[in-house]
Amino acid sequence: MPNTIKLHITSDPKFLRVLRAAIGQVCSLAGLPRRQSSMVVLAVDEACSNVIKHAYKGKSGQPIIIICSILPTKLEITILDHGEPADAKMIKSRRLDDIRPGGLGIHLIKSVMDEVCYINGTEAGNRLILCKNLPERK
Amino acid sequence: MKVEVTTESKDHAVLVHIKGEVDLYSSPEVRKQILKLTKEKTPAILIDLENVSYMDSSGVATLIEGLQQCGKYKGKFALVGLRASVKEVFELTRLDKVFEIHKDLKTALEKIKT
Repeated sequence: MPNTIKLHITSDPKFLRVLRAAIGQVCSLAGLPRRQSSMVVLAVDEACSNVIKHAYKGKSGQPIIIICSILPTKLEITILDHGEPADAKMIKSRRLDDIRPGGLGIHLIKSVMDEVCYINGTEAGNRLILCKNLPERK
Repeated sequence: MKVEVTTESKDHAVLVHIKGEVDLYSSPEVRKQILKLTKEKTPAILIDLENVSYMDSSGVATLIEGLQQCGKYKGKFALVGLRASVKEVFELTRLDKVFEIHKDLKTALEKIKT
């Protein structure tokens, strides 16, 4: 049975700060070094910001569930929402030489995490799974 | 903690001091202050990030918008005092090559004069 922590927030940007603090603690429990922890925090923040902006189109009070599982070799973070499903093909990094505001979140998520998997429109809602490999324990 | 944004005129530049975490919640406040300066066609804008402990892509997007607005009237727009974690966000998005980034205020003010 993995060590699992389930967090519930609503789609209000003011809660992102609380979420970041919690994810930082989970990363620490999982044994990630500080620099990698801060990057995983960024990736989860970006993913939840995308849920607020795109899936819920800025509507507050909608549920976002974050399930963190500390597995033997990786930290797995699943983000669930019941908003508008995104086209899985659109979940890709954009060209970085196209200098414009917006669209950098996916690039950051993919740069930081070792695995990114998006499954939309399931019974449980949209599901984004982010994995970060853990350093080998000595 | 809410982000604090204050402005200060120094030498040839307007300094924008930002304090706190810049994310989806707080970036609209930062955007408002920067766009006010670009609307007034402020010739040189220096964004002081020394007290910014966290920045996400919405904060970065705000700075890109400021840079682009400033470029429209050929103004100068530079960043100063990035902490390692904030710098890493710019490096991952390759924006460290796009923005003029200075280590400290003294150097930034000297460079922006030229």
